[in-house]
Amino acid sequence: MVSEYRIHGATGEWEVVIGLEVHAQITSKAKLFSGASTEFGAEPNTQVSLVDAAMPGMLPVLNGECVRQAVRTGMALEAQINPWSRFDRKNYFYADLPQGYQISQLYHPIVGEGEIEVELADGSSKMIGVERIHIEQDAGKLMHDQHPSFSYVDLNRSGVALMEIVSKPDMRSPEEAGAYVRKLRSILRYVGSCDGNMEQGSMRADVNVSVRKPGEEFGTRTETKNVNSVRFIMATIEYEANRQVDVLEGGGTIVQETRLFDPDKVETRSLRSKEDAHDYRYFPDPDLLPLELSDAFLKECRTSLPELPDAKRARYRDELGLSAYNASVLTADVTTARWFEELLDATGKSGAEIGKAASNWVISDLFGALNRLSKDITDSPVSPKQGAELLSLVADGTLSGTLAKQVFEIMLETGDDPSSIVEERGLKQTSDTGAIEAVIAEIMAANEDRVAEYRGGKDKLFGFFVGQTMKAMAGKANPGVVNELLKKALG
Amino acid sequence: MTKLTDLGVAAIRDGFRAGEFSAREVAEAFNEAVTNAKALNAFVIETPDHALAAAEKADADRVAGILKPLSGVPLGIKDLFATKGYQTTAGSLMLEGFEPAYESTVSGNLFDAGAGMLGKLNMDQFAMGSSNETSAYGNVISPWRRKDGGNVALTPGGSSGGSAAAVAARIAPGVTGTDTGGSIRQPAAFVGITGVKPTYGRCSRWGMVAFASSLDQAGPMARDVRDCAIMLEAMASFDAKDSTSLNLPVPQWEAGLSGDIRGKRIGIPKEYRIDGVPAEIDTIWEQGIAWMKDAGAEIVEVSLPHTKYALPAYYIIAPAEASSNLARYDGVRYGKRVSPENGSLDDMYNATRAAGFGAEVKRRIMIGTYVLSAGFYDAYFNQAQKVRALIARDFDRVWESCDFILTPTAPSAAFGLGEKSDDPIAMYLNDVFAVPASLAGLPAMSVPAGLNAEGLPLGLQIVGKALDEQGVMNMGLAFEERADFVARPEAWW
Repeated sequence: MVSEYRIHGATGEWEVVIGLEVHAQITSKAKLFSGASTEFGAEPNTQVSLVDAAMPGMLPVLNGECVRQAVRTGMALEAQINPWSRFDRKNYFYADLPQGYQISQLYHPIVGEGEIEVELADGSSKMIGVERIHIEQDAGKLMHDQHPSFSYVDLNRSGVALMEIVSKPDMRSPEEAGAYVRKLRSILRYVGSCDGNMEQGSMRADVNVSVRKPGEEFGTRTETKNVNSVRFIMATIEYEANRQVDVLEGGGTIVQETRLFDPDKVETRSLRSKEDAHDYRYFPDPDLLPLELSDAFLKECRTSLPELPDAKRARYRDELGLSAYNASVLTADVTTARWFEELLDATGKSGAEIGKAASNWVISDLFGALNRLSKDITDSPVSPKQGAELLSLVADGTLSGTLAKQVFEIMLETGDDPSSIVEERGLKQTSDTGAIEAVIAEIMAANEDRVAEYRGGKDKLFGFFVGQTMKAMAGKANPGVVNELLKKALG
Repeated sequence: MTKLTDLGVAAIRDGFRAGEFSAREVAEAFNEAVTNAKALNAFVIETPDHALAAAEKADADRVAGILKPLSGVPLGIKDLFATKGYQTTAGSLMLEGFEPAYESTVSGNLFDAGAGMLGKLNMDQFAMGSSNETSAYGNVISPWRRKDGGNVALTPGGSSGGSAAAVAARIAPGVTGTDTGGSIRQPAAFVGITGVKPTYGRCSRWGMVAFASSLDQAGPMARDVRDCAIMLEAMASFDAKDSTSLNLPVPQWEAGLSGDIRGKRIGIPKEYRIDGVPAEIDTIWEQGIAWMKDAGAEIVEVSLPHTKYALPAYYIIAPAEASSNLARYDGVRYGKRVSPENGSLDDMYNATRAAGFGAEVKRRIMIGTYVLSAGFYDAYFNQAQKVRALIARDFDRVWESCDFILTPTAPSAAFGLGEKSDDPIAMYLNDVFAVPASLAGLPAMSVPAGLNAEGLPLGLQIVGKALDEQGVMNMGLAFEERADFVARPEAWW
């Protein structure tokens, strides 16, 4: 489907062309070429090996786990995996780069072309091409607030493994770019190759934007570096596209340059132009041998892949009978999907039997509660097992929907199991027809005029009798039984 | 009784084992010789404490019945190897005062084998040079002098110049060297000693200050083939910390030594006969060929057609790698830092690197930066890589008709200090016979062959197939038995 997103300029409509280079930190205990820890939030310079500090004579040794994760990621994107790849040095000077070069893969990346299907708000979907994925080292971090006249450097991040996932210039709107990043993050989290945590810098994007009149050649692009949230990525595109249209319509030209996004002012500004661009003098790193992947290794990577979001979503729809919406919501994030599946397992019922009810409960009741409590599903006060028990109590008629909501609230507060709550507080729903009939008789006696009106044809009053009965039963009556008995009694 | 400092590695080891002398006596004798030879400027720092501590350990071990391969042997360590707690400069001001918190794999292997360290040997700065004149700590002076009585100070060669001078002057029985494009072999030839550059990957590069990673290789320098075999056996190892290290068992080279080379085919590459090389080099080469025939080897004329491109390719690849390897010396984390008042980070880089690096290092960083630059990469670096592959293929092909190559090590005898220091091209030509084996990663050694008319040593080079250090050293042994090179410099220092 062709995107309708347009910048409306003075000279007509402009189309936006977007490509993203996403830097994703590879989930690994150790760095890409050293044994130092990668844990987030440690004291500055406590996770720095001799290699990371580029001491004289130190040599990189490739961490196989990082390779495995990059290959699995490539496989998840159905991308070409290159059994022969090589590391290159990207040379430049900066205080956060101890070696004076970053080890990366320019000429022979480990993963070639692939694609990602993204879903858009209007229900349509679009394929976005992936150009390549390569592995590289992260740099350290400069700290400018430690001393009045010096900058300090923290090398904890120096040498941490990144995957750079380069898209094709296939996106045409901020929405598509946002959907792409969310989908990519979802896949990475399913695969377990990146935690996708943008706040901690585990994932960030260089945003390439250009504009053109629809149907014309690509315009000159700018690259906005290190944008670290989906919202900012979308804002960057919007700002850049409008700025470029303004420049072009004002008779100017777009210069190929690197820009920075300012989240406070929600704008981008020039960092350096192409003329000032570094000449990185890439060449094959002579400290490392070419990386050759064996068939056995590739096979292990493939068999270790979990069910991915697209497949899971289809299965939820087709096998569990979930609505498209519910299937999307529950599969978007791997932790939600895992929670949901644990819940299903714990009910002991087939997915086709309980799936739909379970999905509705997770999405409306559980998500509503978590939202209210500002909690994530990973720290939900209610476990999947407890949720399953609650659903079973509803399914076997022990609890009505209303009672189930009450019990759930108590579960959230106390963390107790639903069965014990029901037991202790006597919240069990009753289907005791004798008790219900007695209550109905009392209500009819007290409301003779309304009985007459109902019998005279005012059907709407049925709800009144249901409400009165439920109220008198303190919500514990089985609503099905109440309906049935009321119909019989009212005639 | 012979002076202890007249003994080589094997003789010290064996005499110590036999109880003829203590390790301490040996260490003290060499420590004293080192102190008395300051005029040679062979050492950047002397480390008598290290030699003595190792000796005391060896003496105690011997009492306890523990004998290690190098127990009782003190050695000199080239200043390119990081030595834990001992200043490691790579011959540069950039690392003046730098004391690593780690031990290089090679020096660690030697110390684990029982050896002690006499000191850190002077060298061309970052191993870039062929005369030792690029050292920031003053040039080493060769213990050799011309017979003309002029007492001109001669170069010991480079970059392992301090290493070569120390062995020739009998102030160290054996030393480590490193060879990127001849830095073990050329100085060995200049001072009449034996030096072995093993197959690339035999010795770990971990902890060795990098010059050109794809070429750098450590090796031993000593008085004879046996001493080199003993040392190389201790130095070599597979090291998981060096991705280019060879994951192969280390052969027992000493035990495998044999001068019986009957039936071996020795190739004489016609491309190594180049114009402008003095007649004395050809003469000694012919003499070497005659000795090999005498030993029962078959001499075959061979061709290595891309030889003439080796030196230009080397002087592209090595500086390219160096320009990147030396980027870490930026004044931020260790080593020299020059911070101009109110200067920017770039100002600090500029001032630090201007002050820390010598002229030759700067020249090579500039060459390397140039050949890797956008627009020049294909014409220079890529082309040089292709040439390198062709040179390796030349050797692969030549092994179909011979087992070894015999060539001169260097195109001349040692020259006077200052004679070539203003002419980098003339200086680079010193490596002309050495670099092809480096580019191909092959084992190669220099053995002393004789003296020229001026009384200066000349060496010949033996190159072998990858991993055939044993064959190369056996050839060297057969050569040594016939050359009977016993000349040594007269002590003037």
